[in-house]
Amino acid sequence: MKRNAWLLLSVLLCGCDQPAPQSYAGLGQQAGEFSQVTRDHRLAFPQDHGPHDGFRIEWWYVTANLKDAQGRDWGAQWTLFRSALRPGPETTDWNSPNLWMGHAALTGPGGHQSGETLARGGIGQAGVQAQPFRAWIDDWSLQGRGSIENLRMVAGGDGFRYDLQLHSDHPLVLHGEQGYSEKSGKGQASYYYSQPFYQVQGHIQRGSQCIAVTGQAWLDREWSSQPLASGQTGWDWFSLHLDSGAKLMLFQVREARGDAYRAGTWVGPQGEVVALDAAQIQLQAQAWSAQKNGKKVPTRWRVQVPGHGVDVQVDAVEPQAWMQTRFPYWEGPVRLSGSAGGRGYLEMTGY
Amino acid sequence: MRLLSLALMALLSHWRRHRVQCLSIFTGLWLATALWTGVQALNSQARSDYARASAVLAGPLQAQLLPRTGERFDQGLYVQLRRLGWAVSPVLEGRLRLPGEPAHSVRLIGIEPLSLSPASSIAGVQLQAFDLQAFIGTPGQAWVGPDTLRQLSANPAQRARDSEGQLLPPLVLQPALAPGVMVVDIGHAQALLHASGQLSRLLLAGAPGPLPADIAPFLELQTQQDDGGLQRLTDSFHLNLTALGLLAFIVGLFIAHAAIGLALEQRRGLIRNLRASGISLKTLLYALLLELGLFAVLGGLAGVASGYALAAWLLPDVAASLRGLYGAQVAGTLSLPAWWWLLGVLVSVFGALLAGLGSVMRAARLPLLALAQPQAWRLAQGPWLRRQALIAGLLLLLALGCGVFGASLPSAFAMLAGLLLAAALLLPGMLDRVLAWLARRCQRPLAQWFVADSRQQLPALSLALMALLLALAASVGVGSMTEGFRKTFVGWLGQRLSADLYVTPRDTAQGLQIVEWLEQQPAASVVLPGWRVDIQLQGWPVQVQGIVDHSVYRTRWPLLEQQPHAWQRLARGQAVMLSEQLARRLKLQLGDNLKLPANTSPALPVVGIYADYGNPKGHVLANAGWLRENWPQATLTGLSVDLAAERVPALKVALQRHFALDDSRVVEQARLKRWSTDVFNRTFAATAALNSLTLGVAGVALFINLLTLGQSRLGQLAPLWALGVRRMQLVWLGLGQTLMLSSLTVLMAIPLGLLLAWCLVAVVNVQAFGWRLPLYVFPVQLLQLAMLGLFTSLLASAWPLWQLARRQPRELLRPFADEA
Repeated sequence: MKRNAWLLLSVLLCGCDQPAPQSYAGLGQQAGEFSQVTRDHRLAFPQDHGPHDGFRIEWWYVTANLKDAQGRDWGAQWTLFRSALRPGPETTDWNSPNLWMGHAALTGPGGHQSGETLARGGIGQAGVQAQPFRAWIDDWSLQGRGSIENLRMVAGGDGFRYDLQLHSDHPLVLHGEQGYSEKSGKGQASYYYSQPFYQVQGHIQRGSQCIAVTGQAWLDREWSSQPLASGQTGWDWFSLHLDSGAKLMLFQVREARGDAYRAGTWVGPQGEVVALDAAQIQLQAQAWSAQKNGKKVPTRWRVQVPGHGVDVQVDAVEPQAWMQTRFPYWEGPVRLSGSAGGRGYLEMTGY
Repeated sequence: MRLLSLALMALLSHWRRHRVQCLSIFTGLWLATALWTGVQALNSQARSDYARASAVLAGPLQAQLLPRTGERFDQGLYVQLRRLGWAVSPVLEGRLRLPGEPAHSVRLIGIEPLSLSPASSIAGVQLQAFDLQAFIGTPGQAWVGPDTLRQLSANPAQRARDSEGQLLPPLVLQPALAPGVMVVDIGHAQALLHASGQLSRLLLAGAPGPLPADIAPFLELQTQQDDGGLQRLTDSFHLNLTALGLLAFIVGLFIAHAAIGLALEQRRGLIRNLRASGISLKTLLYALLLELGLFAVLGGLAGVASGYALAAWLLPDVAASLRGLYGAQVAGTLSLPAWWWLLGVLVSVFGALLAGLGSVMRAARLPLLALAQPQAWRLAQGPWLRRQALIAGLLLLLALGCGVFGASLPSAFAMLAGLLLAAALLLPGMLDRVLAWLARRCQRPLAQWFVADSRQQLPALSLALMALLLALAASVGVGSMTEGFRKTFVGWLGQRLSADLYVTPRDTAQGLQIVEWLEQQPAASVVLPGWRVDIQLQGWPVQVQGIVDHSVYRTRWPLLEQQPHAWQRLARGQAVMLSEQLARRLKLQLGDNLKLPANTSPALPVVGIYADYGNPKGHVLANAGWLRENWPQATLTGLSVDLAAERVPALKVALQRHFALDDSRVVEQARLKRWSTDVFNRTFAATAALNSLTLGVAGVALFINLLTLGQSRLGQLAPLWALGVRRMQLVWLGLGQTLMLSSLTVLMAIPLGLLLAWCLVAVVNVQAFGWRLPLYVFPVQLLQLAMLGLFTSLLASAWPLWQLARRQPRELLRPFADEA
C-alpha cells in the first residue's frame, strides 16, 4: 500500500510543505461524513477498479522492475492519487470534490528521475474509469485493453519517459481479510488489492536514449477515508518478487511511541494468498544513505518471514531514489539476496 | 580641527543676526525638495502599482495561448492540450461590476493553482504557501489588495455582492495584490462571470512542439511581450508631472541660491577677518561646505516630510485621472519604502551643492581687499550679466535646435527648459536696460534716485524676479493650454456624444439581440452598433472600430481633415479613417494606404483624420461589414441609440428589464458626458495644484529676497531721510520700486507664457499624446495671473516696508554714525 498518498495530499491541502511530524496528524483526522471502510464489505470487479465516490483517498499504483539487454536493473513507477475535498459525487465542472495527483519515476544506472503533476477533477484533465479500464492525468495514462490484465503504462517527466505493456494471467490478490487491510490495530483500515503478476515489455527513454526492457510489475489499488491513527509517523513498505515466483508484500507503520504496526501478504507462485501478522514478520534497517537534501534513509534492510523460509537482505538498486515532489519521499527498486533472490520495490516516508 | 570648528562657529554666528536669510536658504531647499519628492512619489507609486498589476501572475511564464476569435474559448481545448503534455494553466479574466454610486468594477482573475508552474507566485504569495483547500473549495476565497478592500468598504472574511447581487467568496486581504484586481479560483470566476466552461487564455510554461492541427485554428501562441504596456501608455502623463516637479525644484533652488549668494556677500568682511587671522583657505572652504551640508540635510528632511504630505494629498486625483485615462489602477494611498524617502534628502544635498557651490567657489577666489559695498557688487555684476546673456543665447539655440530637429517628448521638454532658462537669464539684463532707458528720461532728482536705486537693487532681486518670471510664465502657459484643451474637448465631446442612450452588451450575441429588439421599438429612431477589434500596429495598441453606414456620422464624427466623399468610401469598405494620434505615430497622411494585420485585408487609403482626445490607444474607423469579414473575432462592444428625450427613461428601464442589464451598461448621454468631463478635470487637477504651488514658491522667493534686502537698505535710505524725505514717502517709494520691477517682470512673463503655451499645444502635446490643439488666448485669465503676480510681490514687500515705516530716526541716523 502507498500510504504516502494521503500524506501528500493532506500536506498539499493544508498549505504546508514541511514533512514535519505534526503534519502526519492530518492522516489521523476524523473521516467525518466520508464513507467508512468496513470489515464485512466484499470487493466487486470490475467496478472496484474505478474511483470510489465518498471515500477520501484512493490510488492506482504501479511499480515495475525492469532489465535491459545488457542486464542492467531499472525501475519504473506510475502513480495516480485521488483525494476528495469533501464527500460527494464527481461533477462536470471545476466544482468537483476531487483532486488528482500523478507521480512518475524512472530509476536506473546513473540515477533517479521523477515527475509530478496535479489536476482538478470534473473537467476531464484526470480521472479513472472502471470499464473499459482507463486511468489518466495529463499525458500520463494506464490504459486497459479489454480488461485490467492487459495494460499500457505511459508517463514521463523532465528528461525521461516510458511506454510499457503489462500482461498478467493470474488472479487479483486481496490483502488482509478479503481486501480489508488494517493499518494500526486501532480500527484504521483501507480496502486493498493488488495484481503483482504482471509481465512487462516495452521501452524506457532517458534523455535521447531509448532502451528496450522486460520485467515484472505490481499494481496496487487502495482506498479509504482514514487509513492511519494519530501518532503514526511514517512507514516502510516492500513489494517483492521472489525468484521462486512467489510475491511478498510487507509494511510497517512506525509509531511516535512504541512498536511499529506490521502486516503483510504472502502470495504463492500460483496466486494462493496468506495474510501475515506482526508476529510473523521481522524488519531491520541495516545501512543508511544520505539523500541529496541531507535526509538519511535506510537503503539496506534485513527482511525475515520465518514461516515461509524468507531471510533476505534487501538493497536499493539506486540508493539515491528520493522523490523531489511537493512532498518528498523515497521510492525505488531493490535487489534481494540471501535465502532467496529476487527484485522488488521499497517505499519509505516520514524520514 | 579646532580651527575648522572656530571658523564654522564664526560663520554660523552670521545667521544669528540674519535669521530671515537663514530661513530663506532653508525654505528654498525645503520647498525644492518637497515639490520634487512629492511629484516623484506620485510617479513611483503609480509605476510600482503598474508593476504589481502586471505581476499578479508572476512566474517563469514565457508565453501564453490566446483565442484567435472572440475573447474566450472552450475549456475543452485546455484539457486537450494537457492530455497532449502541454504545461498550460487556464486563466479566465473579466470585469466584475460592483454596486455603488458611481458604479465601479474590478478586474476579476480566475486562476487554477494546481496547474500553475510550482515556481509561480500569485500576487506575491508562493504557490506552496497558501491554503489551497480554502481557495478552491466552497465558498472559496476572493483575494484583494488593501486598496480594493477599502474601495469595497468591506472587511476581510466578509462576503460582498456584485452589481447583479451574486455573492462573492469571502474576501482575503493580500497586501501585495495590485489595486483594482480580484483573484479567485477559476471555478468561482466562471460562475461570477457567467462563463461556464470558458477560458480567456492559457499560461504556457512549456510546449512539447507546435500547436496540434486541430487546436491551431482556435488558439494562437503569443510570446511574452511588453508587459510594460501600461507603463508606456502612461509615460507621457508622468513626464508631464516630472517636468512640473523639476520646474518647482529649480524655482526652490533659485531661492536658496539667492540667499546663499547674499549671505556670502554680507560675510565678505568676516571672511577677510578670518583669513587675516590665519585660517587657511582650505579650512575656510571646509567650513563653508559643512555649513552648506547642514542646511541641505535639514532642508531635505523637512522637504521629504512635506513631499510625503503633498503626494498623499494629490494622489487620489492622480489615481483617478490615471484610471479614467488609461484604465490604470493606482492605489489611493502611498506605500513607498523608507529608503525611497531617504533619497529625497540626497536630492536636497545635491540641490544645495548646485545652489551653493558657485558661491563657495566665489568665496575661494574672493579678492580680500574688495569693498563690501552694494554698488561695488552691482559693478561686479556687469561681466556676470554679459556671461548670463551668452549662456541665454546658447540655451535659445538649444531650444531652437530641439524645436526644429527634436521628435520626442524629452526633446520637447528640453526645448521648453531651454526657452524658460534663457528667458530667466536674460531677465536681469533686460530689466537693467529698461531701467537705464528710464533713467535717461527722468529729470527730477527723486525720480532719478527712484530709478537708479531700483537698478542698484536689481542684482539682489534678480534671482527672485527670475523665479517669479518662471512661475508666472509656467502658469500662463499651462493655464492657456488647460483652458484651450477644455474648450476643444468639451466641443468635441458635445459632437461625439450626441446619441441619447449608450448600451454596453455583455457579449456579441446579446448585442445582436439588443439591436434586433431596439429596431422593433418605435421610440428608437437611430440604432448604431459599434464593432471592435484590438490589434497592434508597429507595436502600438490600436482599436479598430467598425461602424454601419448612417448619415448621423457626418455630423457626429467631426473630421480634422478629409478627402472628398470620405464617408461614402468608408461605407463601401474601400477606405479607413484614423485618429490624429495614430496618423502621427504611423506618419500617415490623407491618401496614404494603411495595411492592417489581417490575413486577407488589402491596404486601404486613409480618407479622414479625426481628433480622439484622451484615448491613449490608436483608433481606426472602418466599415463594420468589412471589419467583420476580415476579423471574424470582432465583437459588438457598444450601441448608441437616438430617441426623443422624454422617452429615454422609459426605454432605459425597458432595456434593463428585458436584458437584465445593470446601470453601468445602459448610460444616458448626460451621465457619460459628466463622467468624461470629470476625468478631464481630475487629469488637470494635479497639474493646476502643482502650478499654483510653484507660483507660491516664487512669491516666497520674492518675499524672502525683499526681506533680506530690506535689512541692508538702511544705508541707501538714510541719506534721503536726512535730506528731508519723510518716512511714509520712503515707504511709498519702496513700494513703487517693487511694483515697477515686478510689473516689468509680469509684462515679460506674459509673452513668454504665451510662447510656452504654444510650445505645449503644438510641440509637447503632439509628442506626448499625439494631438495638436488650437492655441487659445484667454485675456481674463492672463489679467488674473498678472494681478496675482503683482499681488504676490506687493504682499512680499509689505512686511519689509512696514518695518521701514516703524524705524526710529535713531536707527536711520546710525549709518552716518558708523561712517564717522
